[in-house]
Amino acid sequence: MSSLGPHASFIVTSYAVVAAIVLALIGWITVDYRRQKERLRELEASGVTRRSGRQATDIR
Amino acid sequence: MTSLAALIRRDIKIALRVGGGALIGVLFFLTVTVLMPFAIGPDLALLTRLGPAILWLGALLASLLTLDRLFTADHEDGSLDLILMGRTPLELACAAKALAHWIAAGVPLIAATPVLGLLLNLDAEATSAVALTLLVGTPALTFTGMIGAALAVTLHRGGLLLAVLVLPLSIPVLIFGVAASQAAITGPMSFGTPFSILCALSLVSLVVGPFAAAASLRHGLD
Amino acid sequence: MTLIDLANPTKFLSLTARALPWLAGATAILLLIGFYQAAMAPDDYQQGATAKIMFVHVPNAWLAMFVWGVMSIAALGTLVWRHPLADVAAKAATPIGAAFTFLALVTGSLWGRPMWGTYWEWDARMTSVLILFLMYLSLMALWRAVDDPSRAARAAAVLTLVGALNLPIIKFSVDWWNTLHQPAAVLRLGGTSLDKAFLIPLLVMAVGFSLLFVTLHLAAMRNEILRRRVRSLQMMQASQQAA
Repeated sequence: MSSLGPHASFIVTSYAVVAAIVLALIGWITVDYRRQKERLRELEASGVTRRSGRQATDIR
Repeated sequence: MTSLAALIRRDIKIALRVGGGALIGVLFFLTVTVLMPFAIGPDLALLTRLGPAILWLGALLASLLTLDRLFTADHEDGSLDLILMGRTPLELACAAKALAHWIAAGVPLIAATPVLGLLLNLDAEATSAVALTLLVGTPALTFTGMIGAALAVTLHRGGLLLAVLVLPLSIPVLIFGVAASQAAITGPMSFGTPFSILCALSLVSLVVGPFAAAASLRHGLD
Repeated sequence: MTLIDLANPTKFLSLTARALPWLAGATAILLLIGFYQAAMAPDDYQQGATAKIMFVHVPNAWLAMFVWGVMSIAALGTLVWRHPLADVAAKAATPIGAAFTFLALVTGSLWGRPMWGTYWEWDARMTSVLILFLMYLSLMALWRAVDDPSRAARAAAVLTLVGALNLPIIKFSVDWWNTLHQPAAVLRLGGTSLDKAFLIPLLVMAVGFSLLFVTLHLAAMRNEILRRRVRSLQMMQASQQAA
């Protein structure tokens, strides 16, 4: 890649911030998913059932 | 129609009697306007230039302060439920309450403007320009603020949320209010254009505000 | 598989589970291609390499507005058509839209410093995007203020629609205000149409970011549905224990 010119730091910072926030979004959504599944598994284990009788963690 | 008139009269009486609603707003307006010169410094020329903006900001914040009372007092003693169950359309009832609130809390602000204009070294022409824009713009502040008040009424920590909800919606009114005042004072731009947009914003809020507030109340109080 | 099937949360979840890997893959590929093209793009005759910021700034700015549009449609779905998943869609989209708006502001600010000499300028675009960001934040505050998701949904739907009305007013009024007080500092990249060397990477990035939004949105909706299941199970558990 050719030189980014005199303002290279601004360009790099912009792309870095975009990458950081996008990765943070992906991370938060993934962690949230795992946390909800974990809580559902705990609730099922303690004997609560859904009205339909299906598994709470069943997403198929 | 008489039920609406009764609602308006009742609201005005309560706002003026409790001594809180109407006059606290003016007091807050006075406080903010007095604090500004302390913060900015005694530079009179600067105060004159910033005068319309300071007055408009003070009026905006003062009306925000009193908006809280629009629905909460009625909600607490149950009259809000009665209004909801009544035969008058909820949108008209909301509009009536907003009108009463503007008469009791907004008009005193406008009346206080000439006095405060003196504090900010504004001449008569500037002060009357600001007062006129406030006269036209404060209904917009009240009616859009009513939307936030209706949304926040059923929430426990509603007060601060109300401010957060209402402020972004009030920004266009502020922008055009100050623009119209500045146009009247310094005037390369005609006064009429921002002023008519300000009028348009108020008229739109007269319609949108009651409908949105009524929808919020219906859904929030279920 | 008709549209009405999508109203069923379980069906929606199974569809999402199958679609997400493909969507994520397509997003990654497009964003990588876009990034490569952006890196390879020539220097602008006026701005030099700094024009490369455009390839991340413009898609985020466009998405910031687009997401509010999606939320407005979802709000109509909640209030008018009572679609069961409409409020899930609205709630899931809000933080994602706020993030894109934040990125538009930050990248715009970083673009402005070398180009205009200042990190912030109260010009039409930046101010109206800042107000949009404030509206996203106030909407997020509203969602968190009410415990019951379906009550919060109706309040948030009203606020979303009022905000949608406000957006053209803000854009218009700030343009106006700018004309009164300051001359606009408009960036021009070679006239009305962008050169192909800039247009193609921009479009690739725009589509890539849009796919990113769709992917994140569906995943967030899935999380929200699971969160509501947790809540209803917890309430059932509480009532069972009380009995």
